[in-house]
Amino acid sequence: MLGKDLLGLYDASAEDIVAILDTAVGMKKLLTQNLKKLPHLQGRTVTTLFYENSTRTRCSFELAAKYLGAGTVNVSASSSSVQKGETLIDTGRTLDAMKNDVIVIRHPMGGAPHLLARNVKASVINGGDGMNEHPTQALLDFYTMREKFGSFKGLKVAILGDILHSRVAKSNLFGLTKLGAEVTMFAPATMMPQGIERLGAKVASSREEAIAGANVVMGLRIQLERMQGGLFPSLSEYNKYYGVGEGDLKGAEKDCIVMHPGPVNRGVEFTSAVIDGENSRIEEQVLNGVAVRMALLFLLCKNRQGGEKA
Amino acid sequence: MSNLLMDEAAIARALVRLSHEVVEKNKGTDGLCLLGVKRRGEIVAERVRALIKKFYGADVPCAGIDIGMYRDDLVSGYFVPDARRNDVGFDLNGRHVVLCDDVLHTGRTVRAAIEAIFDLGRPASVRLLVLCDRGGREMPVGADFVGKNIPTSRREYIDLRLKELEGEDSLSVTAAE
Repeated sequence: MLGKDLLGLYDASAEDIVAILDTAVGMKKLLTQNLKKLPHLQGRTVTTLFYENSTRTRCSFELAAKYLGAGTVNVSASSSSVQKGETLIDTGRTLDAMKNDVIVIRHPMGGAPHLLARNVKASVINGGDGMNEHPTQALLDFYTMREKFGSFKGLKVAILGDILHSRVAKSNLFGLTKLGAEVTMFAPATMMPQGIERLGAKVASSREEAIAGANVVMGLRIQLERMQGGLFPSLSEYNKYYGVGEGDLKGAEKDCIVMHPGPVNRGVEFTSAVIDGENSRIEEQVLNGVAVRMALLFLLCKNRQGGEKA
Repeated sequence: MSNLLMDEAAIARALVRLSHEVVEKNKGTDGLCLLGVKRRGEIVAERVRALIKKFYGADVPCAGIDIGMYRDDLVSGYFVPDARRNDVGFDLNGRHVVLCDDVLHTGRTVRAAIEAIFDLGRPASVRLLVLCDRGGREMPVGADFVGKNIPTSRREYIDLRLKELEGEDSLSVTAAE
């Protein structure tokens, strides 16, 4: 079972992933009834330590922690001692010294959560590290897929967009291949990481090929903030050749679902008609995100029950 | 082995007496309401409601409450409750609540139910009605209206069957192996 931390899905087992999804089912049942007061994390503290901007991930973790009765603390790099030159490890130890129980970290450098996890007593959850992984986003994606299709065996998932910079794409790829789904990726050649086939992805050579027969069509945001520039000519040209409109979805399975980790650039990755269309699960993903993060916090703190708590 | 303690007629007689006692204690049906602990307590409450209606002509508000979110073993047992949101459909403030359940044992369910009730409003009073009191209390709880007192040991089980669920009314005690 799950250890102290959740750092990525590359090292997670299919059993762990399924255990989190199963627990999230009960959490979602309560959430949809607006029952948001569980006692399991009472007396514990969850800190979100974000070195990058975020709305949904941070909010989602903070609400999930609060719904379980935990106290929450937010640390933004832009308004903390990080500005004075404190190292990541020292920041983590400071939080440890204050008896903090869980750190959710987002960091522009891949591997930062792993470094932190080795040096603190608190459980560390990766809330996105550079271009590496974003495991909780992938878990909520899996939850959304399973809710619709029931199982992952043979499920065809098309992931389109900025694969190179996307940690969501990588966590999805690592998890989905373990769960038995087929992942096809499509991106401009400048945004497709070399050798991704060796990690289990099929690389499509056209939008039509990627979407053909897909059960899930997932778009990824063009991450302008991570680009040095020059990866594609213009947003409108990107949309024309790589974006997904209503017509493009005709090649997918009739009951396919459209997903996006957000924030969406409307009219770039997807047209508004697709984002707001009946196949879209983009809003549902946000609710599922809270349920999945509640499940994760619930399970991580269960493992530590009776141990560290003083 | 199983020992039948109440048959259909005995359960019916007990419920008739309980419904009269409720109205007697309340000096009428004014301000009265019934809340049954889901699921079996809800059935008991509904039967008492029907009897009060039959004898006194008054329609006493009646609803089921789910105590899943209020259990005291959520953390020690570490599980996610499969609970429903409580919406009784009437105002509890100032009412005389009769909390109904099938079997009273440790009193922990009653404690949870009282917490659930106070999340819905502030009743004038809460009284407890049970079809069977099997003893074994772990909480300072006592029933105001008792169908039958059946002192049991922990190794015995009360098997209450209700028409709405099992197709017959009966109450028996089974000794565990």
